[in-house]
Amino acid sequence: MMSISSFYRSSVGCKVVMALTGLGLVGFLCAHLAGNLLVFKGPEAMNHYARSLRDYLPILWVLRVGLVGMFMLHIASAIRLTQLNRKARPVEYAKKKNVQSTISSRTMMLSGTVVLSFVLYHLAHLTFRWTHPEFQELGDFDVYQMLVMSFHSPYVAFFYCLSILLLMSHLHHGIVSLFQSLGLYHGGLQLVIRMAGAGLSVLLAAGFLSIPTAIFCGWIGL
Amino acid sequence: MKVRLHVWRQPSSNAPGKMVQYDAPNISPAMSFLEMLDLVNEGLVEKGEEPIAFDHDCREGICGTCSLMINGVAHGPSEATTTCQLHMRSFRDGEDIYIEPWRAQAFPVLRDLVTDRSSFDRIMQAGGFVSVNTGGVPDANAIPISKVDADSAMDAAACIGCGACVAACKNASAMLFVSAKVSHLALLPQGQVEGSMRAKAMVAQMDQEGFGACTNTKECEAVCPKEISVSSIARLNREFLKASVESR
Ligand code: HEM
Ligand code: FES
Repeated sequence: MMSISSFYRSSVGCKVVMALTGLGLVGFLCAHLAGNLLVFKGPEAMNHYARSLRDYLPILWVLRVGLVGMFMLHIASAIRLTQLNRKARPVEYAKKKNVQSTISSRTMMLSGTVVLSFVLYHLAHLTFRWTHPEFQELGDFDVYQMLVMSFHSPYVAFFYCLSILLLMSHLHHGIVSLFQSLGLYHGGLQLVIRMAGAGLSVLLAAGFLSIPTAIFCGWIGL
Repeated sequence: MKVRLHVWRQPSSNAPGKMVQYDAPNISPAMSFLEMLDLVNEGLVEKGEEPIAFDHDCREGICGTCSLMINGVAHGPSEATTTCQLHMRSFRDGEDIYIEPWRAQAFPVLRDLVTDRSSFDRIMQAGGFVSVNTGGVPDANAIPISKVDADSAMDAAACIGCGACVAACKNASAMLFVSAKVSHLALLPQGQVEGSMRAKAMVAQMDQEGFGACTNTKECEAVCPKEISVSSIARLNREFLKASVESR
């Protein structure tokens, strides 16, 4: 068996790490969206969900550590491979045409960086409540009110929507790419994976965007 | 027809280079792209200037020696075509044509449009071979191979190692080349002897040569004159994963 360090040092091994962590993050996004959509069931359902997460504190901590670990590995690998890739082409072409690559596939670092900055803001905003000290006065589990209040700020809503759209672009390429990196993208599976990648990235984005849309239209309020 | 060329000129590997403009009048649409360059070079020689250096050999699309980034596309605008098989009828009369060498850390420019692609040879030496015991010639078809595998291996073996995949990739990655070579051998019984080391050794050499990593943009597939599919990259990734958990 290859040692883990020489596996990770090889470009193919590093891509496998990106793919597995990317897959884990997609899984997290699905769970996170399912939780967020409880906002449509009203304050009790949402806050009850938030409170019951805390009832399983040890499991919650395992998930949190795993999530942070996956995120850091994903980002570290992205930076490492991007540096390698830049070094591989020291002189650019005077003229270069892209024949069949998608814009999503060529801007993964950009979409990833915007998503990362959103995640950091999200933590400071809702988890640590640094940017919104007034949230400190809310009860620990009034997630519903925090969420609805936050989207009343046009800046927050705009940044959120922008990040979700770029996340959609990231996943539009990322989901198909991860199967290719794991060597599973072949034969009859190709069509299924392409459809699943496009479908899941659009569904996730639609789900996340439905919340500010509903608040904007007044379908859910305080 | 006439065209205006913008050509990368660089006297040697260490000297700085630049794009230089040349007018090429009296071009026949039936000429191949390389014949057009030959004609331009005749004119340069007559004027006492250095001719444009470019790689070529068979001129029939089978050796993989010709190269050239033409208007930003490796091997030019025709699909599944090497530069030597590209004809001037694929261009408009009066068109501006940009001609550049393959650009990659691992393919240093030797002169003008000629690059050193020996990094590909070193990748092949690392694992792109099968062990054959010398002796009497074996009977043809003595080893049964399924039609499906034989066809896929043949498709991968069509790779002529020109390097267009590297040139087109935004990361100058050699994954399509390496995956074609690995697929070609991994699919056949003769390739099983080195099976567990091949993918590892070739990927390690590829990394060491300074090629980039694959981001699955599929630009390589679009310019490959032999239409190698990116599904061979998936096969390489599988072979690499398999080899990395094997005990040998
Ligand atoms: C919720 C957050 C994220 C999710 C769900 C996600 C998902 C994915 C997936 C599934 C892939 C495909 C893996 C592969 O090609 O094998 C990927 C690739 C990538 N991600 Fe992320 N990612 C996230 C955040 C980020 C962040 C924060 C960055 C950068 C700072 C980033 C940068 C990249 C890069 C550079 C690639 C490689 C692109 C490529 O090889 O084509 N990602 N991501
Ligand atoms: S010169 Fe041999 S393939 Fe073009």
